[in-house]
Amino acid sequence: MHRSLPVMDQRKFGETLRRDAWWLPNIPIVLILSAFIVYATWAAFQNANYTFGPYLSPFYAPELWGDSPHAWFGPKPLWWPGWLPFSPALIILPIPATFRMTCYYYRGSYYKAFWADPPACAVGEPRKTYLGENSFPLILQNLHRYGLLLAFIFLFFLWWDVWKAMWFEGAGGVEFGIGVGTVVMTLNVVLLTGYTLGCHSMRHVVGGMLDRISGAPVRRQLYNVSSACNRGHAKWAWTSLFSVALTDAYIRLCATGVFTDLRIF
Amino acid sequence: MGETTFRVWRGERGKGDFADYRTEVGEGMVVLDAMHQIQAESAGDLAVRWNCKAGKCGSCSAEINGKPRLMCMTRMDELPAGEAVTVEPMRAFPHVRDLVTDVSWNFEVKKKVKPFKPRAPDAPDGTWRMQQEDVDRVQEFRKCIECFLCQDVCHVLRDHHKHDEFIGPRFFVHSAALEMHPLDVEDRVHELKETQGIGYCNITKCCTAVCPEHITITDNAIIPLKERVVDEFYDPVMKLVKLFRRKP
Repeated sequence: MHRSLPVMDQRKFGETLRRDAWWLPNIPIVLILSAFIVYATWAAFQNANYTFGPYLSPFYAPELWGDSPHAWFGPKPLWWPGWLPFSPALIILPIPATFRMTCYYYRGSYYKAFWADPPACAVGEPRKTYLGENSFPLILQNLHRYGLLLAFIFLFFLWWDVWKAMWFEGAGGVEFGIGVGTVVMTLNVVLLTGYTLGCHSMRHVVGGMLDRISGAPVRRQLYNVSSACNRGHAKWAWTSLFSVALTDAYIRLCATGVFTDLRIF
Repeated sequence: MGETTFRVWRGERGKGDFADYRTEVGEGMVVLDAMHQIQAESAGDLAVRWNCKAGKCGSCSAEINGKPRLMCMTRMDELPAGEAVTVEPMRAFPHVRDLVTDVSWNFEVKKKVKPFKPRAPDAPDGTWRMQQEDVDRVQEFRKCIECFLCQDVCHVLRDHHKHDEFIGPRFFVHSAALEMHPLDVEDRVHELKETQGIGYCNITKCCTAVCPEHITITDNAIIPLKERVVDEFYDPVMKLVKLFRRKP
């Protein structure tokens, strides 16, 4: 390896003088992210049990094409490739997946936990070469803000779904109500909103790019809100990841009759 | 607290090994005190760089139990009791002797960052007007004491030795302090991408974790600079917007 300064040799993989359990934080990251990917993939290919009454699973929202009453444009489109099993979630999920995959917080976490790049701070790495985010494919991480844009648009539809989850079919027609599912869906969207507002690209676009933000009072307020959310970005990232999966699971279990959705009023 | 063993790295120009020393550790002692005590008692030739002993000069940077830290700010009662304490020099810079490294590479790098270039004065007397909230953001970066612990822990320098292509977290903080300053009109974004290697940063936040001044290096300096690089090089929409935006 080219060394422009006569510094000490690179340590071997996992070599360190650290005494703490430096490997420990990586374990839940690997387990949780892997479990989420497996569950989301399984749920996406089900193409069933993703609605229950006025509730719609966030994995399937917005449902552009599909067989449920929530679908915007009717059933499976004609252009859908015959070799690929149809599911409305397959149209939707790439967008939040891109948003999360390119998220600055997740990047730092999965580079460490999955690629050991490095496995932890001041711990030896398995590789001698390093390209960083300068070349393909990791250079594509720079498109995070486009993932943000699409995820932000989706957020409006998720809030709209929460509104629709407050209207139930009753004996006298459609009536206002709050079910446990409504609360679950609301909590999920609140967490997703906190995660999205605190996104580093959001923080940059709303005001961070300005050096004199005092001259733009609206953007200053937005920047302050985004910065406040950004300080807890890791917490928003994890809680919203859990809430998306749990919301899908709740609706799925209601739809399959395992859970009974209780009406609060 | 009793007698404690210190495993101190001894040697010159990268060649050497750990040597064990035992010394009495008292109430309120920091690792730098222990090094001075070892110098006084059993190793008069032990090379240790230090100055203020108050966490403000950034001279006594080292690796204590494998973590980059200031020796003067690491209290002995924070370390595991009854275990030997390892003290070694920073690994990202050329070794001189014992715990001393040559950090002059950093000062050469600093010269390459374009200096502060203010806009034309706001008033006829040659002075400027700024809003406090505009400078608030960069004031955090001014806390840096140049201990270079962030440079030491950064795997791009420490493990991959990209000293020719990567300026490191310290100088991204320095660039951010200039680039985001409300009076500054210089453009450093091209250099950040082309010659200063901001694309090498993979956001592990190790620099933030070791900063003794608790500067939020990754979230407040490096990522905002990465976003400015995206504006300039990767985002066609933003490029278009910038074309029509009024120049300051």
